[in-house]
Amino acid sequence: MTTKDIINPANLVYSKAKLMTENPMHYCPGCSHGVVHKLIAEVIEEMDIQDKTIGVAPVGCAVFAYNYIDIDWQEAAHGRAPALATAIKRLQPDKFVFTYQGDGDLAAIGTAETIHACNRGENIAIFFVNNAIYGMTGGQMAPTTLEGMKTATCPMGRNTELNGYPLKISNLLAELDGTCYVTRQSVQKMASIVRAKKAIRKAFENSMAGKGTSVVEFVSTCNSGWKMSPHDSNKWMEENMFPVYPLGDLKDTEKK
Amino acid sequence: MEDFKLMKGNEAIAHAAIRCGADGYFGYPITPQSEVMETLMDLKPWETTGMVVLQAESEVAAINMVYGGAGCGKKVMTSSSSPGMSLKQEGISYIACAELPCLIVNVMRGGPGLGTIQPSQADYFQSVKGGGHGDYRLIVLAPSTVQEMADFVGLGFDLAFKYQNPAMILADGIVGQMMEKVVLPPFKPRRTEEEVRQECPWGTTGKLPNRKRNIITSLALEAEVMENINLKLQAKYREIEKNEVRFETHHCEDADYVLVAFGSIARICEKAMEMAREEGYKVGVLRPITLFPFPTNPIKELSKKVKGFLTVEMSAGQMVEDVRLTVNGAVPVEFYGRMGGIVPSAEEILAALKEKLIK
Amino acid sequence: MKKEIIIAGFGGQGVLSMGKILAYAGLLQGKEVTWMPAYGPEQRGGTANVTVILSDDRISSPILQQFDIAIVLNQPSMDKFEPRVKPGGVLIYDPNGMTREPARKDITIYKVTATETAIAMNAQKTFNMIILGGLLHIAPVVDMEYVMLGLKKSLPERHHHLLAANEMAMKQGATIIEKMN
Repeated sequence: MTTKDIINPANLVYSKAKLMTENPMHYCPGCSHGVVHKLIAEVIEEMDIQDKTIGVAPVGCAVFAYNYIDIDWQEAAHGRAPALATAIKRLQPDKFVFTYQGDGDLAAIGTAETIHACNRGENIAIFFVNNAIYGMTGGQMAPTTLEGMKTATCPMGRNTELNGYPLKISNLLAELDGTCYVTRQSVQKMASIVRAKKAIRKAFENSMAGKGTSVVEFVSTCNSGWKMSPHDSNKWMEENMFPVYPLGDLKDTEKK
Repeated sequence: MEDFKLMKGNEAIAHAAIRCGADGYFGYPITPQSEVMETLMDLKPWETTGMVVLQAESEVAAINMVYGGAGCGKKVMTSSSSPGMSLKQEGISYIACAELPCLIVNVMRGGPGLGTIQPSQADYFQSVKGGGHGDYRLIVLAPSTVQEMADFVGLGFDLAFKYQNPAMILADGIVGQMMEKVVLPPFKPRRTEEEVRQECPWGTTGKLPNRKRNIITSLALEAEVMENINLKLQAKYREIEKNEVRFETHHCEDADYVLVAFGSIARICEKAMEMAREEGYKVGVLRPITLFPFPTNPIKELSKKVKGFLTVEMSAGQMVEDVRLTVNGAVPVEFYGRMGGIVPSAEEILAALKEKLIK
Repeated sequence: MKKEIIIAGFGGQGVLSMGKILAYAGLLQGKEVTWMPAYGPEQRGGTANVTVILSDDRISSPILQQFDIAIVLNQPSMDKFEPRVKPGGVLIYDPNGMTREPARKDITIYKVTATETAIAMNAQKTFNMIILGGLLHIAPVVDMEYVMLGLKKSLPERHHHLLAANEMAMKQGATIIEKMN
């Protein structure tokens, strides 16, 4: 096979999503964010809603999410993405509006905004990347950090007496009457990626159907923060994260 | 005959917001301004103009809803009172940096802390000098009548959109709770989606094929980029200072002494002036209507011919610093104020004027 | 002409609404008006008061130390505002529940037994209108026709059937107000 053959479009087996920009990603190799970004970009492309989609970026590792997907974006203050998204959607009801948030943003500093947006049943999609650690600021404890898990601010491991328990925020959100779909997904394997993408699409569709708030949690890795190789991170996630944050739908009003 | 209404300042804000084509109001109840949202909920503008009115879960959420709405190029506003305004400062700093237009109403009450619900002007520093983090300015309008409460909604939005900068109506419990005669502004329809796209090409209205994606952000990790953003902001503030100073004077032409006060206190100063003139003292009143930009030139001009200024505020003395900076020692600038929700009386002001300046 | 009036009493006596009707009437008569309540916890069952200014010219301060007319409807209000009536001014009070008579000699004092009358008329809710009727009889700061118009404007439509009773109460107030000095 010559180079010419390889770059022949007929032989194309994989390409970057069309809505992913040319900006080099700042995420660490092996990070789950890149995959989740790609899936969101693919869904927007497949649904042909680039001109109708507005994303709200968080503070945290995904603060620069707006650099990577070619749509209109707003960059929120830490934790406030659901408040911005509330207004954006209510003032432009014909738009698909989503937030992209990490565990610190959504489940610590922004808990009130998250819960109340969900409780009002805002017709938005919330994409929640839970890697149990603060990546951007250098690996501090998150509300979702597992019991005994070591971070920069709990170097002896999370002590529940001092720090409380891993916050299962999605379970909490599933209890609210305003949410229509709450699901927990992961992106470490092909099969899980396919499922995660379906969940993203469903969340977008729900938001336009006026069914209420959809929350897609991605149980994720942070190999830099966890100080492991990407491969070991995936294994560690499956063995340690999944028992605390089991995958699957927590709520789907469609299936009632 | 014009259509006079009798209403509270807070109610006038709500009526005026609908009439000047506001797209959204986001707030959280707090005395003494809760009538703003109550009136809006009562008027149900979503059924007529399509304006969105939403009670947020906190002042923090409310200002961030304003941030989201303003980012779409929409005409959005919030209102609160002092403790609530402290909570909003984070959002205001972001909105100022992202250069978004919006209207913020503060009906001040006594602080610090939970304070009191009685009127105060002790948020002058917070409103005029920054409040949140970083170097930014709000366009600050200080109404002294219910009519101005109504008029400044439209003016605030106009200035906010002209300069892509948050504007604030800095009122107090007196103007908020008082009822007066008011002529409401004429109805102006909300802008269509197309008009919003044209007026605010930077808005997150959905990326069309003919333009690049719009990003509303206040983040620039490189210091050089951030300094340039700051320089641009500063240039804008200088432009505002050049163009938008508003003030009012009463009997300053022949005055030996000038009372400087804003908002409702300026009216009490007018009463003190009337009493002083009855006693034969030549007293005038200067009322800054815009607190930023501050009416520096008119005060400087007056300082060349008067014997002294008395600044009167419901605070420990905040605006007086700006008056002193302006007068720069040319003549004495004295201060009289009450705090914690106490309103100074005209009699007290006159006594202070005599004691501190006339002697 | 300018009239500076304070109306003070218990929350629930209709102090604020009496002021509002007065302000409305003034507005309809083409006057400048301000209505400034002492707002806050005082409104809730404690003492309530409202300053109403009616003027042919622009009104400066909406908050005053001294008044042309004080209407005091409970003892704390009398204690607070009797000293603040301008010399030559007017004090109107309802003796119900009061522990002392007003003492000033340099002002004109009027008594309206409005509580008693309202009970006798079996129309306690029109108490404040009896007072208002008394006030307008001795000091016609606004014309009666505008008061009725103002009342109509400030009452929700569903309460318009009460207009006649209110007018009756005002007439009663005009009859029973009595000069005390």
